[in-house]
Amino acid sequence: MRYLPLTDADRGEMLAKIGAPDVDALFADVAAVHYLREPIADLPGHASEMAVERHMRRLSDKNLAAGDAAFFLGAGAYRHHVPASVDHIIQRGEFLTAYTPYQPEIAQGTLQMLFEFQSQVARLYGCAVANASMYDGSTACWEAIVMASRITKRNLAILHEGLHPHYVSTIRTMAKFTGDSVADRAPTLSADAGIDALIAEIEANAPSCVVVQYPDILGRVYDLAPIAEAAHAKGALLIAVNTEPVALGALKSPGEMGADIVVGEGQAIGVGLQFGGPYLGLFAVRDPKHVRQMPGRLCGETVDAAGKRGFVLTLSTREQHIRREKATSNICTNSGLCALAFSVHMTLLGEKGLRALAAENHRLACLAADRLARIPGVAVVNDVFFNEFTVTLPGDARAIVRDLAERKVLAGVSLGRLYPDEDQLASGLIVAVTETASEDDIETLAAAIEEVLR
Amino acid sequence: MHEGVKENSYSRETATGNRGLMLEEALIFEIGTNETTGVDLPEPQAGADRLGGLGRSEPIGLPGLSEPETIRHYTRLSRQNYAIDLGLFPLGSCTMKHNPRLNEKVARMPGFADIHPLQPVDTVRGALEVINELAHWLIALTGMHGVAMTPKAGAHGELCGILCIRAALEARGDPRAVILVPESAHGTNPATAAFAGYRVENIPATSEGRVDLEALTARLGPDVAGVMITNPNTCGLFERDMKAISDAVHAAGGYVYCDGANFNAIVGRVRPGDLGIDAMHINLHKTFSTPHGGGGPGSGPVVLSEALSPFGPLPYTARTKDGVVHLVEEEHADEFAREHFGKPLQSFGRMSAFHGQMGMFTRALTYILSHGADGLRQASGDAVLNANYVLRSLDDVLDAPFGDSGPCMHEALFSDKGFAGGLTTLDLAKGMIDEGFHPMTMYFPLVVHGAMLIEPTETESKAGLDELIRALRSLAERARSGDESLKGAPYFAPRHRLDETLAARKPVLAWHGPATPGGTPTLSEQGGS
Repeated sequence: MRYLPLTDADRGEMLAKIGAPDVDALFADVAAVHYLREPIADLPGHASEMAVERHMRRLSDKNLAAGDAAFFLGAGAYRHHVPASVDHIIQRGEFLTAYTPYQPEIAQGTLQMLFEFQSQVARLYGCAVANASMYDGSTACWEAIVMASRITKRNLAILHEGLHPHYVSTIRTMAKFTGDSVADRAPTLSADAGIDALIAEIEANAPSCVVVQYPDILGRVYDLAPIAEAAHAKGALLIAVNTEPVALGALKSPGEMGADIVVGEGQAIGVGLQFGGPYLGLFAVRDPKHVRQMPGRLCGETVDAAGKRGFVLTLSTREQHIRREKATSNICTNSGLCALAFSVHMTLLGEKGLRALAAENHRLACLAADRLARIPGVAVVNDVFFNEFTVTLPGDARAIVRDLAERKVLAGVSLGRLYPDEDQLASGLIVAVTETASEDDIETLAAAIEEVLR
Repeated sequence: MHEGVKENSYSRETATGNRGLMLEEALIFEIGTNETTGVDLPEPQAGADRLGGLGRSEPIGLPGLSEPETIRHYTRLSRQNYAIDLGLFPLGSCTMKHNPRLNEKVARMPGFADIHPLQPVDTVRGALEVINELAHWLIALTGMHGVAMTPKAGAHGELCGILCIRAALEARGDPRAVILVPESAHGTNPATAAFAGYRVENIPATSEGRVDLEALTARLGPDVAGVMITNPNTCGLFERDMKAISDAVHAAGGYVYCDGANFNAIVGRVRPGDLGIDAMHINLHKTFSTPHGGGGPGSGPVVLSEALSPFGPLPYTARTKDGVVHLVEEEHADEFAREHFGKPLQSFGRMSAFHGQMGMFTRALTYILSHGADGLRQASGDAVLNANYVLRSLDDVLDAPFGDSGPCMHEALFSDKGFAGGLTTLDLAKGMIDEGFHPMTMYFPLVVHGAMLIEPTETESKAGLDELIRALRSLAERARSGDESLKGAPYFAPRHRLDETLAARKPVLAWHGPATPGGTPTLSEQGGS
């Protein structure tokens, strides 16, 4: 029990000070019938560092790591190279083991970092203000819908067909309980993504918000300006969702095209895949007047008693620890360390690096799309994309993905996995190509598909 | 000042603003440029452009730093933080204990850190076993029936538990409107209940700092969906009447939610399931030592009673009789439920995109295996022993409002009663900073005026506690004597007291300086069009 510093002699002295015969006596308020006097029987006892590491290594080795395969999965989680410096910084104990910065005089490290992070996200998204991180993209998206209902005093959210189906499920789950209505549909395997139909739907209703993903679940990219215009004409807000922040190194920002709230998943920058979590929710608003309706924490600049610049958590009268049941959200713990990873990685990239990274992703994705399109029976659905696109395969893509995995080729995310009830999507495969995939990997993928289809 | 060191012009200000090792650090927006980068990437090539005419044409305004500048910037910032690695972090209600580095090493094993949530299930069997093994421990330690692993933090777990309650009530055709929340509850509790569509009603505390059982039972009725109780509670006390409360709520047709933020005090000694609790979140970042990282990430698995287990969220893992751990997602959820449980799926749905905080699961499981059942029990004992030692070592100089109410659990509660000269809890807390400690939780719980809530945890030594006690005794004596100088504390921190009113009145929430301090990119550098 190497984590416990007290010796038996210490315990004895302390019990004497307290005036208790033993530690069990300190649990006197627990009814005797409910108090366990011995360790729980069917659980093992403590183990050495070496033994635990061996056990965990064995479990780790049962998984096929992305780095040991030709890897093309995306659909909301992306594999990018994370510079070694990022992990070094986030493992510094002063960041790793700090608490929420409620005592600003001795938390300026975290607070200044959060201020810088907010500024980076706001600029990336083309917005005025970003908050200091939500849990992940899907919950941030839900919070944006709640916020839009509060601002517009309406409760119909229209979700575009290109929104990630797990985000749609999250929204539908939560809407059942808050009384928001949700209009959504499964995607069509079309390049135009039904934008005209979406605009017609907006014009026919008075929604609180319209939610559009950019690039969308199939990798499609489209101009948000006409959608924003239609939404604004009906008094609704446009919520833009981005799950791949690297894309914004190449593409116009959602804020620039008129989105009112921009939310997304920051995992791709600095955080890593981690089997789905912890990830990093990003949340920004274009109009500063919406700040007071935002969920989560905000860090602001101020001065100290000696006149020096410093940073504090601010506008906390929106938050649950003060407003209780009237708060804008119940969110409390956020993803501070993931925000640090994002911010360090983004600082290493800078404008120049982010643009170069985005260009390289796009180049490789174009290469992959062209190569796969040459395979008989394979068709690329969308010709406008960033680093992710959708192909159709002859047959159920789920089975083909499983066959490819046995060859250590992780080919992409089958639409059947995401939309099990939509038979017309079963042939679809979402392929993401980042800078971590070499040209050789692309050839390996194509050759493996050719072999499996033969 | 040491004899021989004379005050001179440097005692006030330096040209740089630095004071020896206390370094000032500018913002990245002030020191970076849009031409600087700390990574080597190929120059963008002409040709590939399938962005549909939506390429960026304007600079984003993101400053870059070289690798050495980046390391130095963040290392300098890190030194302006207090952290558990530097010293005692005696925050009430937020267990801040040692974060073992083995946990970090394990979480970074490629088989855990470098796998995608949507990889074919056969390529992530080890990850599913981690989730299942952790789930097994959580169920055994709490005496519950099932566990929902996906909630991303404590408050998200609260939402999960309340949604399970709501789904269970709706499944039996008995929707109810009210959730009862004691006034000593964490602010997240009422916010959660409201977010889930319930009306929140407060239940008072007794003069002993516990839930008023009579007031609670009197309010129960056919409109009450459930109660949210924190046990051990936020006054640092065990709710003696917990089983009676549960029985009364169940008899009235409702469910009991327990805020498990304080589970660290009772691990291996009390099973919440034995007390009739239906749902309880467990903060892995508190009880099971995953690092808090300046505010997160957290992880809030929710243990569930037999009555609520069928309603938990998707996705989930389940081990079948053949020993295989399955990942149950939408893809085959209903089929799985029928085959293995003999009934259709009753899940309330999905509450976030993927499977939960895997990076926290590996850390928590590593910690749990290191401690084992015997070590976890010893840990809760030591946590409670440490808290009582602090309580009894200070109750002659600090008011302990519930000091006569039996032993405290993992945290000791004091108040500012007896302070002179207008000094408050805030002043004493800021004085702690000058003594080299992180302040305790201030002004919470709300049921005590000027509350100070101290949770030392089990990973502090007796020598460390004695040092804390020495500092607090000194500060308490200064506060009781009305020592004015405390009002200016802290004196020795990177910043003096910060103007929080100014920050809220004139919010500056992002850098507003020039977008591209190093110059504007030319069109050819921007790529796309």
